Amino acid sequence: MPGQRVFLHSRTLPVRMVAPSLKLQDLIEEIRGAKTQAQEREVIQKECAHIRASFRDGDPVHRHRQLAKLLYVHMLGYPAHFGQMECLKLIASSRFTDKRVGYLGAMLLLDERHDAHLLITNSIKNDLSQGIQPVQGLALCTLSTMGSAEMCRDLAPEVEKLLLQPSPYVRKKAILTAVHMIRKVPELSSVFLPPCVHLLHERHHGKAVGLPILCFSSVDRRIENRMGTPAHRRRVAHTHRHTRNRLSCPWPPPFTSPTLTPGILLGTITLITELCERSPAALKHFRKVVPQLVQILRTLVTTGYSTEHSISGVSDPFLQVQILRLLRILGRNHEESSETMNDLLAQVATNTDTSRNAGNAVLFETVLTIMDIHSAAGLRVLAVNILGRFLLNSDRNIRYVALTSLLRLVQSDHSAVQRHRPTVVDCLQETDASLSRRALELSLALVNSSNVRAMMQELQAFLESCPPDLRADCASGILLAAERFAPTKRWHIDTILHVLTTAGTHVRDDAVANLTQLIGGAQELHAYSVRRLYNALAEDISQQPLVQVAAWCIGEYGDLLLEGNCEEIEPLQVDEEEVLALLEKVLQSHMSLPATRGYALTALMKLSTRLQGDNNRIRQVVSIYRSCLDVELQQRAVEYDTLFRKYDHMRAAILEKMPLVERDGPQADEEAKQSKEAAQLSEAAPAPTESQASQLLDLLDLLDRASGDAQHPPPLDPSPGGALVYLLDLPCAPPPPAPIPDLKVFEREGVQLNLSFIRPPENPALLLITITATNSSEGDVTNFICQAAVPKSLQLQLQAPSGNTVPARGGLPITQLFRILNPNKAPLRLKLRLTYNHFHQSVQEIFEVNNLPVESWQ
Amino acid sequence: MVNKQGQTRLSKYYEHVDINKRTLLETEVIKSCLSRSNEQCSFIEYKDFKLIYRQYAALFIVVGVNDTENEMAIYEFIHNFVEVLDEYFSRVVSLMIMFNLDKVHIILDEMVLNGCIVETNRARILAPLLILDKMSES
Repeated sequence: MPGQRVFLHSRTLPVRMVAPSLKLQDLIEEIRGAKTQAQEREVIQKECAHIRASFRDGDPVHRHRQLAKLLYVHMLGYPAHFGQMECLKLIASSRFTDKRVGYLGAMLLLDERHDAHLLITNSIKNDLSQGIQPVQGLALCTLSTMGSAEMCRDLAPEVEKLLLQPSPYVRKKAILTAVHMIRKVPELSSVFLPPCVHLLHERHHGKAVGLPILCFSSVDRRIENRMGTPAHRRRVAHTHRHTRNRLSCPWPPPFTSPTLTPGILLGTITLITELCERSPAALKHFRKVVPQLVQILRTLVTTGYSTEHSISGVSDPFLQVQILRLLRILGRNHEESSETMNDLLAQVATNTDTSRNAGNAVLFETVLTIMDIHSAAGLRVLAVNILGRFLLNSDRNIRYVALTSLLRLVQSDHSAVQRHRPTVVDCLQETDASLSRRALELSLALVNSSNVRAMMQELQAFLESCPPDLRADCASGILLAAERFAPTKRWHIDTILHVLTTAGTHVRDDAVANLTQLIGGAQELHAYSVRRLYNALAEDISQQPLVQVAAWCIGEYGDLLLEGNCEEIEPLQVDEEEVLALLEKVLQSHMSLPATRGYALTALMKLSTRLQGDNNRIRQVVSIYRSCLDVELQQRAVEYDTLFRKYDHMRAAILEKMPLVERDGPQADEEAKQSKEAAQLSEAAPAPTESQASQLLDLLDLLDRASGDAQHPPPLDPSPGGALVYLLDLPCAPPPPAPIPDLKVFEREGVQLNLSFIRPPENPALLLITITATNSSEGDVTNFICQAAVPKSLQLQLQAPSGNTVPARGGLPITQLFRILNPNKAPLRLKLRLTYNHFHQSVQEIFEVNNLPVESWQ
Repeated sequence: MVNKQGQTRLSKYYEHVDINKRTLLETEVIKSCLSRSNEQCSFIEYKDFKLIYRQYAALFIVVGVNDTENEMAIYEFIHNFVEVLDEYFSRVVSLMIMFNLDKVHIILDEMVLNGCIVETNRARILAPLLILDKMSES
């Protein structure tokens, strides 16, 4: 390289004024010689001016050179549209070099948006029909890159003819051009469908095309060319003789075809894949060729095929991958084809040499195929194990694809993937960001009730050390998993606490609400949690969610804090003054958000009833904040102050411990959101009939909400609002008997589905539907899942079913409750989807429920 | 193909991209590739497609594909391409690529047609090119 550099410098040309046109090489050198952007631009502009002048003059000899330079300049990013017409002229010329550059220019400069592209249709047509192979190759190449829909339609017959030509060189290009055409003009699929099968058959029966004599011609002379060295001579198919100059130069035969031409095969497979992806009819048609494909692939894998196409020991991996992909498309959702493929896939999976990347690529594709078709269970396990092996590979790329695929698999083959859990967890330590992200997602997906403790430990350790962009995901993932699988409440609280302390700023907004509700629900843990929170708070008041939860807890359970004895952690002597001081610190700290301050102030107020001591300090603080600049705080302070002064007798009642908030259950996130929306609908409705104390609190809270912040902080006091939200969940008591008749909606082979309707009188917009699935047949119904959909104006919540198995002969039925909110009294429509296994078959039914009684929605 | 300074040596688009967007796209792609260290894997997710890159001395070869492609096959393909170039130029260096850009385009066209791999056998790819060379000499 240094030697070359010296060479260049010695040849730097001086800047020219007027000169014969530069060769491309020289231009490149000049551009490289330019030291700055501006200089480069200068050089290029000068050159472009020359080129433009030359185009205007219409100099045919050097045109191709000018265009080549223009294309180079274009690649660097400079405008080159004035070269478009020149491309056309060059394409139309008869010299091959001209045509070459012309077509290249067409590919790079022209595209559908410019009208000029249609002009080359004619030239392409001429070139395609002239039978000069390299020219045809060029034309096809250009057509497939930038052919627009009209061009494709015009030229489709030409291309079709070329598909059946003897020469594989042109054929393979024609096939891929057909792929492009189908993409642009899907109607052409019918044109190209028959040749496909023909091509595939031809290859399979090994009908050797023999030795097509290539007629390669420079456009000035026709050269006849007899193929190959004696070793490759076989039957001569055609002989074109031309009267003009003959040149016979033997060289390695590029255009012969041995018994199977993988080039064509590759193209054909791509074409078939494209056809199948586009139209289901083609898919059915090509299912018939699955056995042939299997055969081809088998030959490739077993016979350690020719060295022509083998890459690092694997015979033609690209073809293998393509065939596998096609098999995947053909086998998807189709039992029969999948079965024929099973053996083959197992064979490929075991026989492929995995020491090099090519083998791994084939293996990966195999795994993808196994995953997608209806493969035997053993095969799926094999696939998962292969992926597991990939995970241990030292090559990061392979680990990456393995993690990605495992993520896709984890839904369907959960248990198989579980086996590789330790490896996955190890991958969390990866230095590569994309790898560790994948590993994180996979780990979160793998958490289940049996491994939750171990996994949580790992994940929490990861949380402490992970890069910041992953923190939010990790934190929310941990919280979600904790919610679903927490073995004990205490463990749950501990986990959340830990997450809040390590990554507090990254948690989602509702984490605070969740935690407060959780703590509120765990009666026995109040003392424990308040103590721990107090400790955490004392150490660090910067993590806002933590501070909010801690403040709330201290406010609620301050008396427990001061009691001093709790079995679960060491006894802590906390002084009243310390607590108050801490809360004041939170109030005054500049790190606290306004929402946090709100929490702290309310907590202080609550403490005024909990603590035995004098309330002077609290009163002082409250009255200071009466003139706070923050409207929210000010309002609170004013109200609390008024409580002290005028309504002191009510203070105790108002500030007593909050009622427990009802929640639907751990998977209630979506439902909670929906019920929140529903609650907003019914918030306008009169406040619930609860005790006067909570009514006052409601009013206070409604006021708070009215003056609330524009952004979306966590709900300021989760309970009264929360009580409104979850009012709808309160009917744990069985609803009053329904006057609406039951409806039988589904019956099949003894499995029956009934709907019963209930309209609770308190809430006219609510409809409760209970579905009951019964089984009077001789076979059990297992994996019963019922899903429902309603029109958009209604809201639907599904509760968890009572089970998913209905034993035979009238065994215990499955019941599931649907809640439908219909505030606008829109007509009720209900669509149900059932999936279950019955008599060893999986059944899926989708239907709309007719004959819904009118009373259900009016 | 880009070099370490971020200059594009060759670019080929099989889907239409506006010319002004191309430079932007290329710069972004280059940036994300250059910022990867040796420790990280060669597949990057960029917007709604995937990038697969390989580094050969001072030259990065980047291929952008959509979601359905097998990344490892493309990885292998890049290597195949470089081997072909190697054979043609007999020990290729990036300068050679620069000066013979049209030939490199021809090779690429022989191997990939509208985004689909056509031919991977070295001899067959280079044959038309060799013929062309012979003709231009004679």
